[in-house]
Amino acid sequence: MEAPPLIRDDALLRATRRRRLVSRVVAHAALILGVLIVAFPIWMTLVGSTHDSGTIGRGEVPLLPGTHAVENYATAWGKGGGVMRTTPASLMLWNSLLMAVLIAVGKIAISILSAYAVVFFRFPGRMAAFWAIFITLMLPVEVRIIPTFQVIVDLNLGNTWAGLVIPLIASATATLLFRQFFLTIPDEFVEAAKIDGAGPLRFLKDVVLPLSLTNIAALFVILFIYGWNQYLWPLLIINDRSMETIVVGLSKMIGRGDSQNDWNTIMATAVLALLPPVLVVALMQRWFVRGLTETEK
Amino acid sequence: MQKKVIFRGTLLPIALLAPQLVVTVVFFFWPAGQAVYQSMLREDAFGLSSEFVGLENFREVLADPSWVHAALNTLVFSGCVAGLALGLALFLAVQADKSLRGATVYRSLLIWPYAVAPAVAAVLWLFLFQPQIGLIGRGLNAIGIPWDYRLNGTHAMILVIVAAAWKQLAYNFIFFLAGLQSIPASVLEAAAIDGARPARRFWTIIFPLLSPTTFFLLVVNLTYAFFETFGVIHALTGGGPAKATETLIYKVYIDGVENLNLGSSSAQSVILMVLVVLLTAFQFRAVEKKVHY
Amino acid sequence: MRRRSLAAGALALASLSAPFSARAQQPVEIQFWHGLSQPAGGLLEKIATDFNASQAQYRVVPTFRGSYPETAVAAIAAFRAGTAPHIVQMFEVGTGTMMSAGRAIKPLHEIIAETGVAIDTRDFIGPVAGYYSTADGKMMALPFNSSTAITFYNKDMFQRAGLDVNSFPATWEGVEQAARKLKAAGIECPMTTSWPSWLMVEELLAIHDVPLASKANGFEGLDTQLNLTNPLLVRHLTNLVNWQKEGLFRYGGRDSTADPMFPAGQCAISFASSGLRGRIEREAQFKWGAAMLPFYEGTRPRNSIIGGAAFWVMQRGPNTQRSPQELRGVAEFFRYATSPAVMAQWHQDTGYVPVTRAAYEASKAAGFYGRNPGADVPIEQMLRGGDPTPNSRGIRLGGFIEIRNIVQEEMERAFQGQATPEQALQSANTRGNQVLGNFERANSRAN
Repeated sequence: MEAPPLIRDDALLRATRRRRLVSRVVAHAALILGVLIVAFPIWMTLVGSTHDSGTIGRGEVPLLPGTHAVENYATAWGKGGGVMRTTPASLMLWNSLLMAVLIAVGKIAISILSAYAVVFFRFPGRMAAFWAIFITLMLPVEVRIIPTFQVIVDLNLGNTWAGLVIPLIASATATLLFRQFFLTIPDEFVEAAKIDGAGPLRFLKDVVLPLSLTNIAALFVILFIYGWNQYLWPLLIINDRSMETIVVGLSKMIGRGDSQNDWNTIMATAVLALLPPVLVVALMQRWFVRGLTETEK
Repeated sequence: MQKKVIFRGTLLPIALLAPQLVVTVVFFFWPAGQAVYQSMLREDAFGLSSEFVGLENFREVLADPSWVHAALNTLVFSGCVAGLALGLALFLAVQADKSLRGATVYRSLLIWPYAVAPAVAAVLWLFLFQPQIGLIGRGLNAIGIPWDYRLNGTHAMILVIVAAAWKQLAYNFIFFLAGLQSIPASVLEAAAIDGARPARRFWTIIFPLLSPTTFFLLVVNLTYAFFETFGVIHALTGGGPAKATETLIYKVYIDGVENLNLGSSSAQSVILMVLVVLLTAFQFRAVEKKVHY
Repeated sequence: MRRRSLAAGALALASLSAPFSARAQQPVEIQFWHGLSQPAGGLLEKIATDFNASQAQYRVVPTFRGSYPETAVAAIAAFRAGTAPHIVQMFEVGTGTMMSAGRAIKPLHEIIAETGVAIDTRDFIGPVAGYYSTADGKMMALPFNSSTAITFYNKDMFQRAGLDVNSFPATWEGVEQAARKLKAAGIECPMTTSWPSWLMVEELLAIHDVPLASKANGFEGLDTQLNLTNPLLVRHLTNLVNWQKEGLFRYGGRDSTADPMFPAGQCAISFASSGLRGRIEREAQFKWGAAMLPFYEGTRPRNSIIGGAAFWVMQRGPNTQRSPQELRGVAEFFRYATSPAVMAQWHQDTGYVPVTRAAYEASKAAGFYGRNPGADVPIEQMLRGGDPTPNSRGIRLGGFIEIRNIVQEEMERAFQGQATPEQALQSANTRGNQVLGNFERANSRAN
């Protein structure tokens, strides 16, 4: 292959520059617009948490922050928004964190293993197993809630962390993602490993896992938030106040029908409930930004 | 799709699969089996009296014009949600992948909204789109668009599509971005030096390299639109006006959880599962051949 | 370090969730699942806490289980698995389902008879007691948080339209005239309604003493048929549709979605749950008044019916009964929760109707209605027209949640112009009867 010629003439250079500039302007414009659309609800939540309850209830959605921020957050953190809340926000946040981490880690762990088995081995029942796992994508817990609840009770797992977390670990999304990714790992890598005498587990640990970091990070963010936002299942399975999660606590404040909602406290609690996932996004982002700086490998 | 070079062994892969399989069998197949059995029963909510009716529930569901109507709604809804969420996310991911000042800030701001609790998001949507008091609702009416999703079925459908796509946008964005960033810079540079126009470069070089991600996201988005959107619909339109936004999964949810018709709800979910398994099998056969690994 | 604290936390939580060991002198635990969000849910839980503090034998453990439908599903799933709570709060549309639940529930009148705890069921206000009683007057559940539907009107707008701000028209004919004047005064939304099916169908029929369904609105048997095509309802829906075309009425959506339009100052007249009062007090920036629901000229208006929820006592599972001790604890809690002082306080704090006469009298004596003019409209409306008739006692239909949605769907078709009012009501009648038929078939063998 011939080395690419250096700059051929000034016209081309200028054209390329202009094109770059246009591309950059387009990118900024598109991203700003995208952020406006996508992040607007967050802005509304933030703004809503700084006004008094009546303003939001009347629907006078203000665009600029109000003056009630301190009292709203104090109420949300201390009293939890209700006249008689007994589960403090800190405990609920901790419970949510535990649940979200357990779900995310559990899902990623079992999915990597099963996707690895399906992609890098050939054994009887391989496709059957893959499809069996894959089908679970098709029916969320909410829809088969009564039979699933019965199974949990039969197994004596009601009101326990195991009963809360394990059924939610069974999902095919992560398996599918890893399968898709593993298929892109070049065959030469496997051959090289075999020549080196590395077994499948070594290969998994030394080659596949490091290559998957970007995807694991992205998936962790998604699954953490998935776990964090679980509502109906914890509501059903948990009897014990001390295991209540923040999203359930939040929903407890949003009544339908006759209820008078303390919108200001709800918004403030929503912001509190938003912080840990945002922190996870911020921390994990380093991992998938890494791809950008270390692409020369 | 299979790899050409593999490891040998049977016991190890089965051991690796075991945790996932056990969880799946215990918490999916066992309850799903019960749901299939339930779909052939006619039972009161408390399970005190039940009658085996064979396939009667299925016949009733399939003969119900409102089920057919919901099936059509589902097609429109899922197609639009997946198209909108995938297209927009890909576009934004490509922009955010450029080396721009402030790229990190953009990325964060595009991902965070995914973390808004669904219950709060639904309230915000209502606040925004309520025709008389919502910011956007009022705005639309002010510029002469007679926006009223409570009586106009098309408006209601647009509202739920936008809300459902919005929720999935960040998800798709994350994976497209991760996919773009794992494309080696050398490939991109080579393409740039080729001198092809950026748009052409994207479709001929980058997009094919993204195809495993795209295929994954296509499957995930379609299943999301099919199965996980009843919450959004429930909160925003309740399936109305009339039945304009009633989808199949919404019907399953309402019949099972609110109306407590367990037999009919189970029959519907069994039908739905069969349909989607067929659809996915088709996707794997037809689309995956074109996916570039 | 972090790992250790994580493990320690998990351990602590695991020990918390371990089943309660049966030690001597341990109070009997009464599980109580409710569906009230804050702030009402907090006040309800406070009643349980106060009860626990007032004695040492029983301990009521309240747990929030989501919205009413979610609470209902949770209780049903738990019952099927043999872990049902002692008490579950069930909304009024679920009454028919609970009534037909046979041995899943323990009727209130049996509990009173077996435990001898003095709960005076005759002191409950007629339409409240009637809604939860059998046709021969035996109370099945304990009404607790009840509301009804009333009218709210914007006095500032009434003034602008030259209407009398201190008297709201009693009849629909009067309301129509008022709405016309409001529209002429440039008001975009003269009237709207929340809960289209509850208010414009169920309440309307009760107030006019017209049956919603045969067999005394379903009280006398599961083989009941809807009566949605009656002339009164056709007339009313036709009026609403015409008023909508004329710009006098605005459809505000299903269930409670129209609620914010009144406190936001958009609509001059709003028919809504009496429970909306608290929200209006807090949010409205104008003068407003409350009035009873209108009726058509030439009728003698009866009482309105209730919404809200009641406490039902459940057996543990299909084959496990409650012990006499547990039932006694439940009964003691019920007596405490409906005692005049507690009930009056609940009524005044939340805006729910006082369900007993004693609580109403206590609130009156305390000068509550003097300080809060119009707060007695709901209860006065429920006492209107003497004892409830079979048509105004309440509604006892199986699958009523679904039927209410069907009625709302068909009303929407009429408002959209896709169907005439007659067609819409006919279709609602047919579809609703199908639900009733299925419910009868599924439940007839349970009892």
